[in-house]
Amino acid sequence: MPCTVRIASPLRSYTAGAATLEVRGNTLAEVLSSLEHSCPGIRFRMIDEQNRIRPHMRLFVNSSEARELTAQVAEGDTVHLICALSGG
Amino acid sequence: MTDTLWIGTRKGLFSLRPRAGRRGWKLAGPQFLGHIIHHVVQDPREPRVLLLGARTGHLGPTVMRSLDRGRTWHEAAAPPAFRKAAGGSAEARAVQRVFWLTPGHSSECGSWYAGSSPAGLFRSSDGGERWQPVDGFNDHPMRAQWAAHATPDGELLHSILVDPRDPQHLYLAISIGGVFESSDGGASWTPLNGGCAADFLPDPDAAFGHDPHCVVQHPRRPDRLYQQNHCGIYRLDRPGRRWQRIGTAMPRKIGDVGFPIVLHPADADCVWVLPMDGRTVWPRTSIEGRPAVYVTRDAGESWRRLDRGLPASQAWFTVLRQAMCSDADARPGLYFGTTAGEVWGSTNGGESWRCLVRHLPEIYSVTYAA
Repeated sequence: MPCTVRIASPLRSYTAGAATLEVRGNTLAEVLSSLEHSCPGIRFRMIDEQNRIRPHMRLFVNSSEARELTAQVAEGDTVHLICALSGG
Repeated sequence: MTDTLWIGTRKGLFSLRPRAGRRGWKLAGPQFLGHIIHHVVQDPREPRVLLLGARTGHLGPTVMRSLDRGRTWHEAAAPPAFRKAAGGSAEARAVQRVFWLTPGHSSECGSWYAGSSPAGLFRSSDGGERWQPVDGFNDHPMRAQWAAHATPDGELLHSILVDPRDPQHLYLAISIGGVFESSDGGASWTPLNGGCAADFLPDPDAAFGHDPHCVVQHPRRPDRLYQQNHCGIYRLDRPGRRWQRIGTAMPRKIGDVGFPIVLHPADADCVWVLPMDGRTVWPRTSIEGRPAVYVTRDAGESWRRLDRGLPASQAWFTVLRQAMCSDADARPGLYFGTTAGEVWGSTNGGESWRCLVRHLPEIYSVTYAA
C-alpha cells in the first residue's frame, strides 16, 4: 500500500533533504523497511536492534501514535516520524 | 609538531591546527553541528582514516568514517549493535552510545574495536564500515555481574587496549565493572583488578565491580599499564596481576582522583594526570578552583605539579577521560579540553600552559592526529 512519510528535520540527511516520501507497506515495520531500502541507515537511528522505538522518537499513523511496529498502515495514510527533543 | 587536534563536543566536532610557525592555532568546524561526539580516533595504520562515535539527543548511536583526514565523512553501514534477543529475554540490550574507539592490531589492517554503553564490545574488520558484537564478552555468563553497578548514565566500556605484540591479547575497562583481560582475541575474559580499591563496594577485595576511569598501555613497553581509577592512580607491570597504587605519592591535599591519564610516547616511566576533587559529594572540579596537571617521571614514585599558565584561582575545570592527550613529539605537547568548552595546550611537556580556544560546547574528547 502506498503511503506518505513525513520526515523530521534531524533525519533529512538520509533523504537528501526531502520532507516527505512516498513508500509502500501494510504495517509500520514494512513502511520503515521500505524507507530503509531507499534511505540506508535511517531506520537504526529511530529503531534499536531489539525493534523498539527509541525513547525520543514518536511515530504516528495519521493522528494515532504507534507504540509498536505492528501498527497497521492503509493506502493513503500519512506516517509521521517525529523527534521529541528536550533539554539544552 | 602537532598536526591536528580533534575536539569532540556535546554539540559537534571541531579541529585545531597550528598556524605556520606555531603562531597561534586555527579553529575549524563545527562539523556535525548538534551531534554528540564521544570519541574521535585516527587509524595509525592508515593515517587518512578517522572514526568517530556519534549520536544526537533523539537519534540512535552510530559511527562516522572519514577516508580523507576528516574533510568528508560517511556513516557506517552497520553501526555497533547487540544481537537481537530471544523473545521475552531480559537481556534485550540496545547500544545507547558508541563511547570508545580503538584501532586494531597493526597486522590486522582495517580492524577496529568499539566500546558502548550499556557495556558492550564490538569489532569491525573492514575499517569501521560494518560492526559485529564480540560474543565472548557481550554474552559472557558473568557479564551481567561484571557490569552490575551502572551509573545513572549506564555503564561505559572504554580503554580497549590491543597488545602491540599480540593481536589476541586485549584489555578493556568498564565504569563501573573493572578491568578485564583476554588472551584469545576476545573469546574469553578474566577480571584484572587485584590491588585496586573500590571504597564504594562492601567487599574491599572484590574481584570486579571497580571503577577504572582510564587505562593506558605503553606502546614501547606493553607490559606497563597505568590506570586512573575512581579510587586512585595505579601501575601494573605484567605478568603481575596486582595493581600498585602510585597515587599515594601525590600530595595529600590533592589526592589521586581524576578522569584522564596520559602516556609519554617514548618514556614508559612518565605519565600525566589531571586531578579532580573527589571529596565529600564529589564535585569533580579542579581542586580549590586551581587546576593543575601532575607528572611523574619515575613510574609513580614521585609527582610534580605543573600549573604555570593555568588559572591561579576560581577556575572550576572538569576534564573527562577522553579529553586529554599528548602528541608525538620527543618533548610532547599536551592538550586538554574542559566541560566548559576551553582547550588548553602545552608545547613543553606540561611545564607551561596557555588557553588555545574558548567558548566551545562541553568537550568530551580531545585526540591527536598526525
